[in-house]
Amino acid sequence: MDRSEKMKLTIPEIELMTPGHLACQGCGATLAMRYTLKALGQKTMLFIPACCWSVLDGPFPYSSLDVPIFHTAFETAASVASGARAGLDILGDKETNVVSWAGDGGTFDIGIQALSGAAERNDNIIYVCYDNEAYMNTGIQRSSATPRHSWTTTTPEKHPKTAPKKNMVDIMAAHRIPYTATASIAYPEDLIRKMEKAKSIVGTKFIHIFAPCPTGWKTPPEICVKLARLAVQTKVFPLYEIEYGLQYTINKKPRGTPVIEYLKLQGRFRHLTQDDVEEIQKNVDREWEILIRKAEATRDLANPSSA
Amino acid sequence: MSEEGHRDRKGGVMQKVIMGNHALSYGAVVSRAQVIPAYPITPQTEVVSLLSELCADKVLDAKFIKVESEHSAMAAAIGASAVGARTFTATSAQGLALMHEMIHWAVGARLPVVLGNINRAMGPPWTIWTEQNDSLSQRDTGVLQFYCESIQEILDTVILAFKVSERVYLPSMIVLDAFVLSHTSENCDIPDVRLVDKYLPPYKLKYKMDWRHPHAFGGLTSPDWYYELRYKIELAMEQARGEIRKADLEFKRTFGRSYGLVEPYRCKDAELIVIASSTIAGTARLVVDELREKGEKVGLLRIRVFRPFPCDEVRKILKTAKKVCVIDRNISFGHSGIFFQEVKSSMYNSQFHPPIFGFIAGLGGRDVTPDVIKEIVEYTESHEQPEDKIWIGVKR
Repeated sequence: MDRSEKMKLTIPEIELMTPGHLACQGCGATLAMRYTLKALGQKTMLFIPACCWSVLDGPFPYSSLDVPIFHTAFETAASVASGARAGLDILGDKETNVVSWAGDGGTFDIGIQALSGAAERNDNIIYVCYDNEAYMNTGIQRSSATPRHSWTTTTPEKHPKTAPKKNMVDIMAAHRIPYTATASIAYPEDLIRKMEKAKSIVGTKFIHIFAPCPTGWKTPPEICVKLARLAVQTKVFPLYEIEYGLQYTINKKPRGTPVIEYLKLQGRFRHLTQDDVEEIQKNVDREWEILIRKAEATRDLANPSSA
Repeated sequence: MSEEGHRDRKGGVMQKVIMGNHALSYGAVVSRAQVIPAYPITPQTEVVSLLSELCADKVLDAKFIKVESEHSAMAAAIGASAVGARTFTATSAQGLALMHEMIHWAVGARLPVVLGNINRAMGPPWTIWTEQNDSLSQRDTGVLQFYCESIQEILDTVILAFKVSERVYLPSMIVLDAFVLSHTSENCDIPDVRLVDKYLPPYKLKYKMDWRHPHAFGGLTSPDWYYELRYKIELAMEQARGEIRKADLEFKRTFGRSYGLVEPYRCKDAELIVIASSTIAGTARLVVDELREKGEKVGLLRIRVFRPFPCDEVRKILKTAKKVCVIDRNISFGHSGIFFQEVKSSMYNSQFHPPIFGFIAGLGGRDVTPDVIKEIVEYTESHEQPEDKIWIGVKR
């Protein structure tokens, strides 16, 4: 008897990721991949630019995934996928999920042009950014996804990052693509639902997954999921989705744990002063308020797809 | 493309006066390219605007992707080729330079993308006229390179390049001079697509992106294996020489035209051989005829295939010459003209190697007229000691 008949499983049983990958202990990006593949299933192909996943899948001739992977140049996650989609379409394969799988550097920075191009054309791909908030594969350098005040090797404690994190989700929403969503490795059911939804929509889908990095964040590996959950509970990383770039829906409305509970667990924020923490709290509260207002303002919009 | 697409009413070859750029487009059409990602750049624009129209009109059953840069054009071409679709694109100068990383990628991934490149000089300063430094800067990537002289040759080479590329799993670049050829119109036979089908079988990729057979392509490879993969690329390049010769013979049998890797003209008894490529070769042919009439034993060797370099052909043809001069519409700064270097290095280890003079001419689209070529021949005739780098017509 199928186990799912005995008890209700909230996460698909299918495993397309095997042990034996090369990730650091407690890597958030591995959970992001595992849940994503559970949701998308076997008929999936991945286009992976330079990022942690271009290494941790396993060196030639090994692979820890049971789906095809095309490793590609840093700035081409979206454009290679666009080409593959066109190729599959002309060959009559409308079924295979074409997925770009990139880190925050490959998405927020070097790959943003190709991503914007694909989104503007509304190419039928799922673009996943697993965000660990810095260039971790090269040894923790700041990206435009690195939060303000954070330590990295290019933003040392004496000169921490001064610019805020780029709002990639709003940038993608501004392209009016059919589906944009944030997700977290601490909320697998929510992540899987969003991936399944992305799979069912034709056009460009952008999923931004929050995936902590114990190595780069200077945290113990065993609290990776806890950190991801705290990021949502403190409203540092809200879970929400946007349809057609217009209709905002907030998926989790936490009571709002103080940000210090999230920050104090991480070595990368060790140098923060009381003032820094207060400033971060203020910014988080303001961003949350903006998000609430967007969701309220767009609640009654007719289905934007017909607009 | 539809069966009726480009046949005349009798169902045979269609004759049409077309520009060089459109010869690339029609080449892609009769080759049944399936995915065409492209970005516009002067002087390539007509190649892709015609293709986008033909795709939209369903004359060609292909996906045209209007990408946002040449880098993405080549990246998308790679993605399409990796899932098993025949893929074509075209660019020029800055666009080709931007593609450079992805040309390496197409080679390493062993994907037979075919691209057209209109030779245009690199900026700054801004310029749009012809020069070969853009395509020759791709010399060491592993892309096959064909330099065309006529409109017909452009169209024919697209078909041939797909055939050769898909045999050896390396990309090909078809190169033509900006304006002098890209915007010149000539009469052209556009072959019946069914005849092309016979010559060019459908693209079959041995190992492709397919969920039924999940492989990881291009993952991290240690020094234990990378070296062998490079060796295999070189083997494929060596194989390409033979494949080009074979494909050329078959082309002659099918379409009645052939081009070879090089094209010697009145070289048999020539004491002085002029070496040129692209449209300069056409002008040089005229000069050779004129000098022959005066009794001078001059010949022309046009180099059509630059990669793989036709070393054997060059050695064989130059063997009996007393002097050789190479005309380069390009320069490798700090050394000399690039065709000159290639010819010279091909000759060095052979038993007979005549003195070889290197000439730089026509950079940035400066006209290379019959008089310029005569000046080059006279200089070569009147000097005993060969020189690597003689600038013709430069204002000092």
